[in-house]
Amino acid sequence: MKKYFALFRIRFINGLQYRAAALAGLSTQFAWGFMQILAYSAFYRANPGAFPMEFSHLVSYIWIQQAFLALFAPWGVGGNVVDTIVSGNISYDLARPMDIYNRWFSEAIADRVSKATLRCLPILIVAFILPPPFKMVLPSDLFQFSLFLVSAPLAMFTVTAYCLIDHMSTFYTMSRYNAIFVILADFLAGGYIPVPFFPEPFRRIAEILPFAAMQNMPLRIYSGDMAGRDAAYGIVLQLFWFAVLLAFGKLHMRHSLKRVITQGG
Amino acid sequence: MKLYMKYFSIQFKSQMQYKATFILNIFGRIVMSFATVASVLFMMVRFNEIEGFTVSQTLLCTSIVTMAFSLSEVFARGFDIFPRLLGNGEFDRILVRPRRVIFQVLASHIEFIRLGIFIQAVAVLCYAIPGSGVVWTWDKILTLFLMISCGGAVFFSLYIIYASFAFFTTEGLEFMNILTYGGREFGRYPYSIYGKRILKLLTYVVPLALIQYYPLLYLLDRVKNPFYIFTPVISLLFLIPSYAFFRIGLRRYKSTGS
Repeated sequence: MKKYFALFRIRFINGLQYRAAALAGLSTQFAWGFMQILAYSAFYRANPGAFPMEFSHLVSYIWIQQAFLALFAPWGVGGNVVDTIVSGNISYDLARPMDIYNRWFSEAIADRVSKATLRCLPILIVAFILPPPFKMVLPSDLFQFSLFLVSAPLAMFTVTAYCLIDHMSTFYTMSRYNAIFVILADFLAGGYIPVPFFPEPFRRIAEILPFAAMQNMPLRIYSGDMAGRDAAYGIVLQLFWFAVLLAFGKLHMRHSLKRVITQGG
Repeated sequence: MKLYMKYFSIQFKSQMQYKATFILNIFGRIVMSFATVASVLFMMVRFNEIEGFTVSQTLLCTSIVTMAFSLSEVFARGFDIFPRLLGNGEFDRILVRPRRVIFQVLASHIEFIRLGIFIQAVAVLCYAIPGSGVVWTWDKILTLFLMISCGGAVFFSLYIIYASFAFFTTEGLEFMNILTYGGREFGRYPYSIYGKRILKLLTYVVPLALIQYYPLLYLLDRVKNPFYIFTPVISLLFLIPSYAFFRIGLRRYKSTGS
């Protein structure tokens, strides 16, 4: 455990170096969130009755999403796993006295956390001081906020486990990202539009899929869209899917490593 | 032009070498872009209309913007990866050849798999047309054509600006994404829904509304003034400042060395 934490720390500090890139990314994310809120407010004006969330909940949803994009997004991290496999550098990793899955997992988490650390504060600060329709609010009470604090890491773990399974397909295909898996996860986790906006049969199905355990859960818990028993149920669902994806990933890894052939020297 | 066709056919042939991968990639991109369409569809099914635009009319708008964007992605790929060309010295090789710089950047990178999105957008367009209530007379067809082609040109100019910034920073600037990818993402809906100020910005500063909102009004018979057919042509003026910016960048270019 200690060595994986050390890996996390090295990687985390390394990630904090890219401050200029973070600054450039910030303005994009901020504008993105702003435009989204403008679009939703047009829909809200058109027909408030058809709106499945409270508007203020939606605003918090969008700002938290933008602020913690790096924590929950199914893309943008873990490119080095693919590179390691394609380039054959995995043979070094195999020689180390460490479990490769755990190693990749802790590195991916470190990447996510360091990116989010650099970006979240400015976005959150601005989102809190904006004038009313755009202003982000705190959760209704401390309990709700603590539920968010439980749900957020779980969502990050779940999405990371999912991404690792996706990256591991490189063992078989030797090509880059499987964009379909990424888009599927992004869409069904509420990355395009929040899950409550899905029309009925879709919504009910989407809410029990593993993707619901990703960003969908913490964002809706923070905003207050899911509270009390719903939120507790949501966290159980997250635990369940995380365990499943983790177990599957580890098995998959063991299976793939048996057949790895590195060419050349 | 002849030389461009030569480049074109060479790249087409080389990308077709791996036919299975090529087709899978195109297919992947088609599926990918359906996520955007699905989100528009889900929203529109719930709300029925937005600012008076119906489901089909919004999808019409989505597909037109997507087509324009994908055209620029296929042909302006060289500018999209321009920071990489500067970084790895490929641009230096371009500079020593006796042909125009922009021509070479354009011709040496044509990405055919990005046509997948175009195909998907055509499908969405076909789906949207019957319900949109447009009577296809010649002026409407001309409007549609101008929207797509000039739209491609505007996105193309944005890519040139993105590339020009790289002369100063050597690195790609993420904030330009809000105009390129953002222009496409937010162009799913008519730009008017974002409010007057954004619409003005997209009319006078970055002329994305000129290829989307105004001609769309004509297409849907909301305005009768034939001037609106040609608003996309005005947007072509945007090529001038972006080209000028590229020249300025080029003049102060220093090689990154090898």
